[in-house]
Amino acid sequence: MSRVGLRLSGVACVRGGRLLFRGVDLAMEPGGSALLKGPNGIGKSSLMRICAGLLPAAAGTVERHGRVALADERLALDMEQPLRAALAFWARLDRAAPEALDRAMAAMALEPLADVPVRMLSTGQRRRAALARVIAGGAPVWLLDEPGNGLDDAALGLLGEAVAGHIGRGGIVIAASHQPLPLVTPVVLAMADYLAAAEDGV
Amino acid sequence: MRLLLTLAARDLRQALQSAGLWLPVAFLLLVASLYPFAVGPDAALLRRTGGGMLWIAALLASLLPVDRLVAPDRDAGVLDQIALRGIGEEMVVLARLAAHWAGFGPALMIATLPAAALLKLDGGTIGLLELGLLIGTPALAALGLLVATLTAGLRSSGALSGLLALPLAVPLLIFGAGTLGDGSGAALKFLGAASLLLVAITPIAGGAAIRAGRE
Repeated sequence: MSRVGLRLSGVACVRGGRLLFRGVDLAMEPGGSALLKGPNGIGKSSLMRICAGLLPAAAGTVERHGRVALADERLALDMEQPLRAALAFWARLDRAAPEALDRAMAAMALEPLADVPVRMLSTGQRRRAALARVIAGGAPVWLLDEPGNGLDDAALGLLGEAVAGHIGRGGIVIAASHQPLPLVTPVVLAMADYLAAAEDGV
Repeated sequence: MRLLLTLAARDLRQALQSAGLWLPVAFLLLVASLYPFAVGPDAALLRRTGGGMLWIAALLASLLPVDRLVAPDRDAGVLDQIALRGIGEEMVVLARLAAHWAGFGPALMIATLPAAALLKLDGGTIGLLELGLLIGTPALAALGLLVATLTAGLRSSGALSGLLALPLAVPLLIFGAGTLGDGSGAALKFLGAASLLLVAITPIAGGAAIRAGRE
């Protein structure tokens, strides 16, 4: 991985004419991790989309170096396709080798489901499929929006191993999660702080 | 190029699986079989008006799959995941245009043959009709896709699609149906020009619409 990093400075987000948060600063280096905390609707997912470049920041700057992979609540897999074929489409776009996809599916314990159509999968299995896409893609920056939702204890363990391995290889993980993730001294962003700043400033 | 093929192959597979192919074909045949009941079995009248009727049917048939072209992928997050991989929206729309045309253009042209027989069209008219459809169906596909990208995030997009598409479809209809009664070939050239224009602007305008609709 060549130069990898993610830097936010003074980022603000406006949704539907309402200022959600502002003044978010974050600097991630290889091997770094961040955890977004806060109640529902405070803007964790919006911040994720700003990090991913899908949403423009209302103020501030976002610098990205290296590819970004996002796992959010939307699965983006073709429902009628068998799981492996649906994931293989994204692996092709990621220019990932078929072996990388096999390893990613193994990491999420998805091999027994390879021939099952995506629409038959349960909530937790779908979440694991989305994580397998992130792992297979080989992007250095992972953005995980509630990655533990719907996962059982065994799957949470697999998620923990995948995240720890990625950080160990010099990747970056930014997660919004209620479940404990094995992040080594993550930067904790309590989103409520930025909300308070927004209210003071107005 | 490989990227374009990967995207287009997936789009075509999705279109075939969602029965998007058979709906326009069935619609065209339905119109062609109902029309003689409405105007009567007078062969001369059918022959004179049938070609134009088939152009109207082809235009309306192309609008049928509009609500499935973009909105489901937008809602499922597919368009966002593609954007994350640094692939431009113009490329997405171009691939989808190719897949959409391949899914319904040739099928519509084949369905026109039995439909033309039902309307008692003669051989020369059928030839002109097929040639016109060959030139015109890419434009019909582009128009449907353009409208689909513009209405992807809206509720009740179906009714709005028709209203948006019809003004842009009028030149296609005039020149398309015009080829049938025109010996000079001028209408065919105008049809080609209108078709090129729509095919050229759709990836650019559609890509911008997808970007603007992202939230």
